[in-house]
Amino acid sequence: MNDFLRRLLFLPDQGATFSARVDHLHFLVILVTMFGATAVFATALWFTWRYRRRDELTLTPLVRAPVALELAVVVGLFGLFLFFWVLGYRQYVRLRVAPDDAMEVYVTAKKWMWKFAYPDGRRSLGVLVVPAGRPVKLIMTSRDVIHSFYVPAFRTKQDVLPGRYTTIWFETVAPGVYRTFCAEYCGTDHSRMWADVVALDAVQWEAWRAGADPSDLVAGMLHGDDREHGDRKLVSVAFAPSGVVQDGEPVSMAQRGLEVAARKGCLSCHSVDGQPHIGPSFRGLYGRVEQLENGTVRVDEAYLTKSMMEPMADVVRGYRPVMPTYLGQLQPAEVGALLELIRSLREPLPTPPGIGYPQLPTNPQDGPAQSYEADRGLETIPDESLAPAQAPAGTPGAPAP
Amino acid sequence: MRTNYLNHETTIWSWLSTTDHKRIGVMFLVANLLALLLGGVLALVLRIEHLTPDQTIIDAATYNRVFTLHGVIMVWLFMIPSIPTAFGNFLVPIMLGAKDVAFPRLNLASFYIYLLGAAITLGGAIYSGADTGWTFYVPYSSTTMTPVLPILVGVFVLGWSTILTGINFIVTTHTLRARNMGWRDIPLFVWTIYGTSVIQVLATPVLAMTLVLVAMDHAFAWGFFDPARGGDVVLFQHIFWFYSHPAVYIMILPGMGVVSEVICTYARKDPLSYTAIAASTFGIAFTGFLTWGHHMFTSGMSEFDAGIFGVLSMFVAIFSAIKVFTWTGTLYRGQIALRSPLAYIFTFLFLFVFGGMTGVAVATTSLDVHWHDTYFVVAHFHFIMVGGTLTAYLAALNYWWPKITGKLYAEKWAMASVVLTFIGFFATFFPQFLLGNGGMPRRYFYYAEHFQALHVVSTVGSMILASAFVVTLLYLGWSLFYGEPAGDNPWGSRSYEWFTTSPPPPHNFEQTPAFGHRPYDYHKPIGA
Amino acid sequence: MYEPELELHFEDLEKQRHAARFGMWIFLASELLIFAALFALYFAYRVHYPDIFVEGVGHNAKVIGTVNTAILLVGSTAVAVAVNELRRNRTRLGAALLALCALAAVVFLLLKSWEYAKHFHDGIRPGGAGHFFAEHPEPGWPLFFTLYFAMTGLHAIHVAVGGVIVGWLAWWVARDGVGRAGAYRVELGALYWHFVDTVWVFLWAMFYLMGKHG
Repeated sequence: MNDFLRRLLFLPDQGATFSARVDHLHFLVILVTMFGATAVFATALWFTWRYRRRDELTLTPLVRAPVALELAVVVGLFGLFLFFWVLGYRQYVRLRVAPDDAMEVYVTAKKWMWKFAYPDGRRSLGVLVVPAGRPVKLIMTSRDVIHSFYVPAFRTKQDVLPGRYTTIWFETVAPGVYRTFCAEYCGTDHSRMWADVVALDAVQWEAWRAGADPSDLVAGMLHGDDREHGDRKLVSVAFAPSGVVQDGEPVSMAQRGLEVAARKGCLSCHSVDGQPHIGPSFRGLYGRVEQLENGTVRVDEAYLTKSMMEPMADVVRGYRPVMPTYLGQLQPAEVGALLELIRSLREPLPTPPGIGYPQLPTNPQDGPAQSYEADRGLETIPDESLAPAQAPAGTPGAPAP
Repeated sequence: MRTNYLNHETTIWSWLSTTDHKRIGVMFLVANLLALLLGGVLALVLRIEHLTPDQTIIDAATYNRVFTLHGVIMVWLFMIPSIPTAFGNFLVPIMLGAKDVAFPRLNLASFYIYLLGAAITLGGAIYSGADTGWTFYVPYSSTTMTPVLPILVGVFVLGWSTILTGINFIVTTHTLRARNMGWRDIPLFVWTIYGTSVIQVLATPVLAMTLVLVAMDHAFAWGFFDPARGGDVVLFQHIFWFYSHPAVYIMILPGMGVVSEVICTYARKDPLSYTAIAASTFGIAFTGFLTWGHHMFTSGMSEFDAGIFGVLSMFVAIFSAIKVFTWTGTLYRGQIALRSPLAYIFTFLFLFVFGGMTGVAVATTSLDVHWHDTYFVVAHFHFIMVGGTLTAYLAALNYWWPKITGKLYAEKWAMASVVLTFIGFFATFFPQFLLGNGGMPRRYFYYAEHFQALHVVSTVGSMILASAFVVTLLYLGWSLFYGEPAGDNPWGSRSYEWFTTSPPPPHNFEQTPAFGHRPYDYHKPIGA
Repeated sequence: MYEPELELHFEDLEKQRHAARFGMWIFLASELLIFAALFALYFAYRVHYPDIFVEGVGHNAKVIGTVNTAILLVGSTAVAVAVNELRRNRTRLGAALLALCALAAVVFLLLKSWEYAKHFHDGIRPGGAGHFFAEHPEPGWPLFFTLYFAMTGLHAIHVAVGGVIVGWLAWWVARDGVGRAGAYRVELGALYWHFVDTVWVFLWAMFYLMGKHG
């Protein structure tokens, strides 16, 4: 019955422990209110037929409702509404107040991405990995405007505010991947500001904490409504969670630049494979002459740095002026790393032993490093010169993946 | 042809400089309908865009401007003024047996202020358009690159039109009633206009200041709501909704007045309880000021506050329920003729009660957490605004058309329009409840593929609804030229506006009226 | 002597006068609610930043504030007496008192401008601009002073409007020889002035008095 009504009303899966109870109250309220609306309308229709006008002269009687009936209707309806309110309020308090033993994760929202930080230092962009069956509490703030963290499957939502922290909690019923939406209008890409909650069972959770890639862990447990959207291929294409989990120190400046680009959200708008997206792709960007609204500019370190700090100043023609400023948000070393990354992607590439495509280091025990591109089915240019610079063979646990 | 308010002076200047409340009402009617048309076209653009989950005809930045403008136009250029400025202006003095409103020149000023506000708002839209949504939440509205100022200034100006109209109606009702007309004799429509005017006068100034604050933040970075300077973004929401929740009662109460008039006339019956309908109007007006926080259950307010606002919201529902009970009971043992205005009212009854019940549902706080900022809320308020107010507006248009123009319209076409309106409306907005249940947030340009079927149904519905509106304009336009003369009282009503000619003479009554009956005395023969 | 014209839709002059007064009262209720939003902001932020608001009040010159209060009260007294005198057909005295009130408005605005200039000189500008806020970096400071400028600024605009209205009434009374019959119109202007005065009394308390004591 629960499932029948849930499907009839188009409700998503009941992914959190309180989802089913919220749905039950939903069913009660909706069924009662629909019944009431139908009853009123049916009564009106019945009266219209039964008391249809017979002639133009007959007077109508003066009818006054007995006070008892009026009182009964008012008190009865009010009682019903109050009953709904009591049930709803108690549930609301339970939705809002996290258990004391909830695991905490810090969330930062900014246009148009979700960033997650775990107390143990791990960070993630766009994917929130949590243990299934344990309460998780999110402590959230925004870097710019109001956003809202909404997981339909959990039936819970909380606005994320600049200048304040708000909290939300949930406990998933089972392992799974649950799409998260931004539910407070925040501009151009409000409808693509997604994240995924990846709930892992105990074994997989420990594997993740030890450094496994969440893409491997979720294979086969996806909820199928995700797909490519719009005019870009989402990183979160159907069979992988949308985010990138990174921790630890990469080796070269270009690699560090890739890590910074991921962490600071540059990769949400700039690709590294040549595909233009919200911003120009980093590949082939360095040294190019770009068309602006007025005139041209040669892309060099000065222009790149200016774009990071004053993004509205010289926007490449054909792109919207939506890049946020990173003034005060990047340390000089990070700016340098980003410059190195972009330089490393220029065309034509210098011949070896120049710098090749940067590769995201993973656990050395997993074998050869997986490249960012291979992960996502994008074109890869192999560069063996990098391989020896990776983990010294046979050294377990170094460098940190 | 006898002299009436339409033919006694026919120059353009006589219209532009008129202080006759009837002519001002007609000018507002035309302006409102144009606004409805514009807002409606914008809605169709949104619906066509949503035929596919990705970009269909416009890009995301344009989409954001379109839904902002749709909301601004529909709320402030159509919904809020609609029934009061068109039908309130035309009918309230006549229903009171008066020759005009208390301040006729102020009335004309209201009209020009409306035009000025509309021009500024639309000018800004044409120039580039704001993308903040009609709710202007900070800090998005203080930091967006799009030009918000024209809309802020335009709506500020429009607010003054509303306030002045409200003052006019309140003073008119108090001071210009016919000699033997006590408070218990005034038609119920006047009661709702009065209640609406009280809300307008008290709530709109708060909106005016809220808009000024956003404008200061946006234009001069004064930082009233900037967290870096100590501001609180949620405080904006409190003062915004303090106006905007009573605003929805400004939008529905006049419609409820129309419902009372139409039911009593076509059922030829005394209302089940005049006092209940009149008093519940003020119940709604008063408690409506206390419930604004129910727009903010997920905003970061405390659970305690959420509880208070939730329970107060249930109070408001009760007063509407009293009206619905009384209206339905008025049909009991009536002599009901199902003409098109009454058919519109039945549409109202179903859609308003349905929508109102979903209002009770969203006031159930835990459920609102899921529904807030999703299509469920969009469906809820469209059921009330379109299914309620717009339907009542169309009912009013049909019901009082003979009085305003002196012509009858083709009843069959009117009925066809009612049917199209109901089908089109339901097909447009019912699927949106399901979209909201499924978790589709509002103001979304892209959506998940499995929502497409519902969106297609909704878009087809919107086309049907648009065609209903076109049919209405056509048969009403036709009747202007070819309609039968209406006569003073084609519906056999007892309400006072039907006791003068159609159209009325320039000063409403040829002789000072002394109505010998109460407006709903259908149980007595006239003159008894 | 001025005699009001009975408008077509009013039964008699008494109804007409009553309608005008009633309309003005409702309009003033609207005006009050405009200020109410700002009052709400002030009190909400004062709860957030109590110490800063208390200290901020200390930065405003109590003397100027109190003198301004007295000036507005002089104006109010003048218009009230003017209405009374006009009811006794004392046209010239009525006009003179109205002119006195208009003068009070001018003096108030001059003092206010001087006060604003002092604030700017001290590096206090709306929006947290000015070197004062570099020296006082806590987040509540800009809010206090921005609210100060916004509320007193909005009020000053109303004083200017009130001054113009009362000034015009003074001129009209003198020119048309207005007596008892026209007193009700002056009363409307007086009502507006009293409203402006009442709002100021609260602003005086909020921005000049509700600070530290001793």
